[in-house]
Amino acid sequence: MAFVNWLKRRLVVIAGLLTLAYLLLPNVVVTVFSFNNPKGRFNYTWQEFSTEAWQDPCGVSGLCASLSLSLQIALWATIGATLLGTMIAFALVRYRFRARGAVNSLIFLPMAMPEVVMAASLLTLFLNMGAQLGFWTILIAHIMFCLSFVVVAVKARVMSMDPRLEQAAQDLYAGPLQTFLRVTLPIAAPGIAAGALLAFALSFDDFIITNFNAGSTVTFPMFVWGSAQRGTPVQINVIGTGMFVVAVLLVLVSMLIGNRRNRQKA
Amino acid sequence: MATLTEAPPVAPPAPERKPPRRRGRWTPYLLLLPGLLWLLVFFALPVIYQASTSVQTGSLEQGYEVTWHFATYWEALSEYWPQFVRSVLYAASATVLCLLLGYPLAYLIAFRAGRWRNLIMILVIAPFFTSFLIRTLAWKTILADGGPVVDALNALHVLDVTAWLGWTAGDRVLATPLAVVCGLTYNFLPFMILPLYTSLERIDPRLHEAAGDLYARPSTTFRRVTFPLSMPGVVSGTLLTFIPASGDYINSDLLGSTDTRMVGNVIQSQFLRILDYPTAAALSFILMAAILVVVTLYIRKSGTEDLV
Amino acid sequence: MKTTKDTNAPGDSGDVRLTGIGKTYGSFTAVHPLDLTVPEGSFFALLGASGCGKTTTLRMIAGLEEPSVGTVHLGDQDVTALPPYKRPVNTVFQSYALFPHLDIFENVAFGLRRRGIKSVKKQVDEMLELVQLGEQARKKPHQLSGGQQQRVAVARALINHPKVLLLDEPLGALDLKLRRQMQLELKRIQTEVGITFVHVTHDQEEAMTMADTVAVMNAGRVEQLGSPADLYENPRTTFVANFLGTSNFIEAEVDSASGGELVLEAGGGKLILPEARNSAPTTAGGKVLVGVRPEKISLTHADDAGEIPGGRNRITGRIADSSFIGVSTQFVVDSPVCTDFEVYVQNIDRDARLVPGAEVVLHWNPAHTFGLDAAQDIDAGVETVEEEVA
Repeated sequence: MAFVNWLKRRLVVIAGLLTLAYLLLPNVVVTVFSFNNPKGRFNYTWQEFSTEAWQDPCGVSGLCASLSLSLQIALWATIGATLLGTMIAFALVRYRFRARGAVNSLIFLPMAMPEVVMAASLLTLFLNMGAQLGFWTILIAHIMFCLSFVVVAVKARVMSMDPRLEQAAQDLYAGPLQTFLRVTLPIAAPGIAAGALLAFALSFDDFIITNFNAGSTVTFPMFVWGSAQRGTPVQINVIGTGMFVVAVLLVLVSMLIGNRRNRQKA
Repeated sequence: MATLTEAPPVAPPAPERKPPRRRGRWTPYLLLLPGLLWLLVFFALPVIYQASTSVQTGSLEQGYEVTWHFATYWEALSEYWPQFVRSVLYAASATVLCLLLGYPLAYLIAFRAGRWRNLIMILVIAPFFTSFLIRTLAWKTILADGGPVVDALNALHVLDVTAWLGWTAGDRVLATPLAVVCGLTYNFLPFMILPLYTSLERIDPRLHEAAGDLYARPSTTFRRVTFPLSMPGVVSGTLLTFIPASGDYINSDLLGSTDTRMVGNVIQSQFLRILDYPTAAALSFILMAAILVVVTLYIRKSGTEDLV
Repeated sequence: MKTTKDTNAPGDSGDVRLTGIGKTYGSFTAVHPLDLTVPEGSFFALLGASGCGKTTTLRMIAGLEEPSVGTVHLGDQDVTALPPYKRPVNTVFQSYALFPHLDIFENVAFGLRRRGIKSVKKQVDEMLELVQLGEQARKKPHQLSGGQQQRVAVARALINHPKVLLLDEPLGALDLKLRRQMQLELKRIQTEVGITFVHVTHDQEEAMTMADTVAVMNAGRVEQLGSPADLYENPRTTFVANFLGTSNFIEAEVDSASGGELVLEAGGGKLILPEARNSAPTTAGGKVLVGVRPEKISLTHADDAGEIPGGRNRITGRIADSSFIGVSTQFVVDSPVCTDFEVYVQNIDRDARLVPGAEVVLHWNPAHTFGLDAAQDIDAGVETVEEEVA
């Protein structure tokens, strides 16, 4: 009875932790299998321990080239989408203009549409225009679908900002440009950073839209997809594990710095 | 330590939302122009092109022409309705599973995690940073024939039940609907958890106390207070899960078989392999229209208009 | 007033009894084990600054906080182990905690519905009339003003006819004028329904206006318990003396005792203190803090010192500052025995000579003097700028 009570009180916690395990299990598998030495072309069953792949992560032809291409596209797509998205977000929150409803829908729709629909329709456009599929078509597509997410992230931050802060800056002799650079931008920065981070992650990891519009260009997700058909090298797991570790470390470090700053302020 | 006994200060009055605007009537339009142009040219225009492609006839060699051939829609639907039905079923199952699995975790992070909150949050988001294709491939290992998971399910006779329901076949999990739904659920779970967490976290914990004080036992408190207040998160979470899941073809391709093909698979192969553009465009257009109708109805029904 | 009815007969009472109740969080003690009895039907206030443990004490009565030690009794029933939803106690939360997704009617009906009462309409309507919100029944909480929300919170709790109504800083979010109004309103409701109210506040004026009995808490302990007048006139510690109103203190030495009076010496002068009003140990030569409230003191210009009747305690000084506040003038007087002596003088016949720099004699009836143990912090409980809330 005591055990049943104990269980009842912790039901949510136990269920939540089980979900967390479900979320993390594939990452564990990816990491473990980065030390596998598979027989044959596919890395799906455990054979024996080996650090071979870790010693030569670029040992598969095309892997690191696709990785670097994905990073480049993600970088440019982030810059493009963040710039355009931030401008839209400011216009939406800070100004009145006609057709606000239409503008809002145009921003909302790309997020409410299955990727495959966007991918297919964009491909029809490119085919009709006779565009050469490759780096540029991928970049155009990525900026397009990242844009809305940046708008949402920045808008949320700018909306929660007290407009009186800008009035205060102007009262204290800051011109419009200075007000923007010294007050508005720093306060909106966390929202912009969040939007940019999201854009980078979305672009870097995008497969469906890229698959349709890449032509023969191979990004990292395309490489993984291709290898799922032809044979999965262990190096894929090495890259996957590396990304996971780097991401967690970056987040932890930034949190520690943030904590220390907060403590110093307090 | 004062915070333990004293409630937080009352929020300051909300700043006025839309101040009368400053000089520069053209500024908003200049700010909007580049981004909106981008969306118009590369999002809206393609949809129109696609609509036009869907009513074209012709062949790849001789080129296509708009002939208002609406029969393509009928043909596409009559040939591929099983894939449509499957897409809806799989996406709906994955959405329900995401809600059932995601709610406890979101609740745990919002109310019970204490100092572990940030760590759990990181663990929820961190998998995002490993390519989802790699992680989806890992499910091939986890659900492999004769692997520990399948063996355990077999020993517990779970697979007998799921096979009877038509979710699995024989003593396999891979290449069955169950594997696809499992992959979809896994892939879109964070999209459920994050909005749920956001709306749960906004709930004043004193509302729970107030409900308890007014004779609601914990389960009633959840039903009458917590869940209704988390509805915005439930609505946006289910949308963020259902929409991408309904168009997904990766999980079906990697974890399923030809019997689990969804509409996304058909669109993909029509466009990229068979090169039957009108049929592909028609299918894509139907999917888009269906999603828009579902989303509009759903948002109307749940009364949460401000999702953007 | 119903509140004065005698309910001290043991056995059948609905008193709230806290026995040895205490709360610790790790190494921090929020509430030191304390005993407290709140008589049935009384209006009881827990008064103290932020973090003194008053809210924790209240939450332990409500069942929202589990006591580390001790028990809570409602009448004869030990409710210590009962979860909040099984206690016949209701709370008016700080900033109200109204359910934002329910309208006013449903907020008020919440408790009744949870107890399986089917026909709630009549009761809810009546309760909304009592708090004058009949018109607003179908509005959502955010559409109401702060004062209206506060009344909804009271109605939502009272409709359940709890044995005890707990109020956690219920007026903290209101502006001053509305707060005064609601104080009277709450007092009226309490008199009307006759339910025990336990009220937590940091506002000493609020506590004194509303409560029959006030417990002053400091650092997790009850410093003193009594009626507002008793606490004000006979503080037992410097904390209580300073937290409730303002007090002047003179450090004095015991000279002699006779006929129920202590004769003390301070700065060469003699002061008389009734022994009944002294809480300090009195050995000859021992130290005592002599306290006197600013409004008890009369101020006479040094030129007229001869006109002061005999038998009064007197000290001399020079006016350092004066501020005119309409009904009275507040003087700060520098004296050899005490700097910053505060004196409030009613503006009846104003003496034009009483300006900063003037030499004056302060004098008061010895019966208004109180004595405290000198081995404590003179400034305990003085409100500093940071602590001042609203």
